[in-house]
Amino acid sequence: MRRVVVTGLGLVTPLGGDVETTWANLLAGESGIGPITHFDASNQKCTIAGEVKGKDHPWGFDADKRVDHKIQRQVDPFIVFGIDAAGQALEDAGLTEMTHEQKLRAGCSIGSGIGGLPGIELESVNLHERGPGRVSPHFVHGRLINLISGQVSIKYGLMGPNHAVVTACSTGAHSIGDAARMIRDDDADIMLAGGAEATICPIGIAGFAQARALNCSFNDRPTEASRPYDKDRDGFVMGEGAGVVVLEEYEHAKARGAKIYAEVVGYGLSGDAYHVTAPHPDGAGAENAMRMALKKAGLSAGDIDYVNAHGTSTMADTIELAAVKRVLGNDLSGASMSSTKSAIGHLLGGAGAVESIFCILAIRDQIVPPTLNLTNPDEGTEGVDLVPLKARKRPVRAALNNSFGFGGTNASLVVKALD
Amino acid sequence: MSDTADRVKKIVVEHLGVEEDKVNPEASFIDDLGADSLDIVELVMAFEEEFGVEIPDDAAEKINTVGDAIKYIDENAG
Repeated sequence: MRRVVVTGLGLVTPLGGDVETTWANLLAGESGIGPITHFDASNQKCTIAGEVKGKDHPWGFDADKRVDHKIQRQVDPFIVFGIDAAGQALEDAGLTEMTHEQKLRAGCSIGSGIGGLPGIELESVNLHERGPGRVSPHFVHGRLINLISGQVSIKYGLMGPNHAVVTACSTGAHSIGDAARMIRDDDADIMLAGGAEATICPIGIAGFAQARALNCSFNDRPTEASRPYDKDRDGFVMGEGAGVVVLEEYEHAKARGAKIYAEVVGYGLSGDAYHVTAPHPDGAGAENAMRMALKKAGLSAGDIDYVNAHGTSTMADTIELAAVKRVLGNDLSGASMSSTKSAIGHLLGGAGAVESIFCILAIRDQIVPPTLNLTNPDEGTEGVDLVPLKARKRPVRAALNNSFGFGGTNASLVVKALD
Repeated sequence: MSDTADRVKKIVVEHLGVEEDKVNPEASFIDDLGADSLDIVELVMAFEEEFGVEIPDDAAEKINTVGDAIKYIDENAG
């Protein structure tokens, strides 16, 4: 069977415009969450978010590095984040210069949960105020979800599979899992895979707040707002950014002497078949996805050292934890589990990809990132290592990422150090 | 350069992200400034807005160079 390894990483997050800045800040216990600055949020119930900082900030993102000025003007920010993260990953993998034959076998699977909501909001107002003749000719292709994959393929000449997953907050994990299958099935040797999101705009914040999903009670204490597994948690905090990995067929990576971070060994998918926004109270969907991923990986409970939880800082944390316990055991068989959404918020369609990268970095550096703000752990967390407040050195050979989305869609990924 | 030429140049630089000295009257939007057909639609919309002029589709199709745009605007604006 063709094996799939990770040979490049790219991140744009509220903690940094690249992988190493984000990771260093995450391990240092920094929070990327603060008052919303992208627009005047004073009339919103929720006035905080995890925004990607501008280039003047020490952790800032400089869009000019990898995205043409013209494209920046034409497309929504989620596409800019995605193009940049994909470029970082290709550079990291040493694949910016490929042969024609390699390009024919290199593809993209970079999705988004929602796509270009800020642009849809603005152009919609423009349409109503000034008429159809003033709508931008770049409106449609500047907002479409598959246009990260489209733009990246054009920029780097990638002629393999061009795919984009849309499964709400499971998008990033599904994107990597699906892309790994494409390599395994011999559709491609190289896949750029991941997800991006940028919906910190008036209608995005209002929509999630109205759905009673957002935290609206910590507006005066933004860095404390995202507190997974804590008794005082009260909804998620919206983040934005992108995560993209280079997936590569193992022999292909070996032949060119590539640096190999980890192997993608397990992928599980399921549906809750229950409710549009709430997870099934019995957590069976989450459990099925995790069990499938472990089975595909040929691993047992005791082999998992780290779980990057979906852990959104909502009531659903309890359901996920119960499901993880059923799969790994009441003490998680010694695994550590944390929710990095405590530091960067919920990147929605980008979350699964960003958090899978954190799993890969945990394997690389033998350290697990913390769950911030976990000062008053909820019932049911006793005997479980949720890595409260501080990162911790520990052996990490295999890691599991969970991502669950609206519509009752679940994905679990297992990555493992190369044998 | 005329006032029209200066304002056209500014719009072209902003929209296409090209160096200012490349935007001369002879420059072709597509061949010299890297625009595609949709970029030209957007540029025409920006000219309409800036100069309060209406540029119908059949006229827009004949605007190939920066000079064509300046000439059309000078003849039709105001």
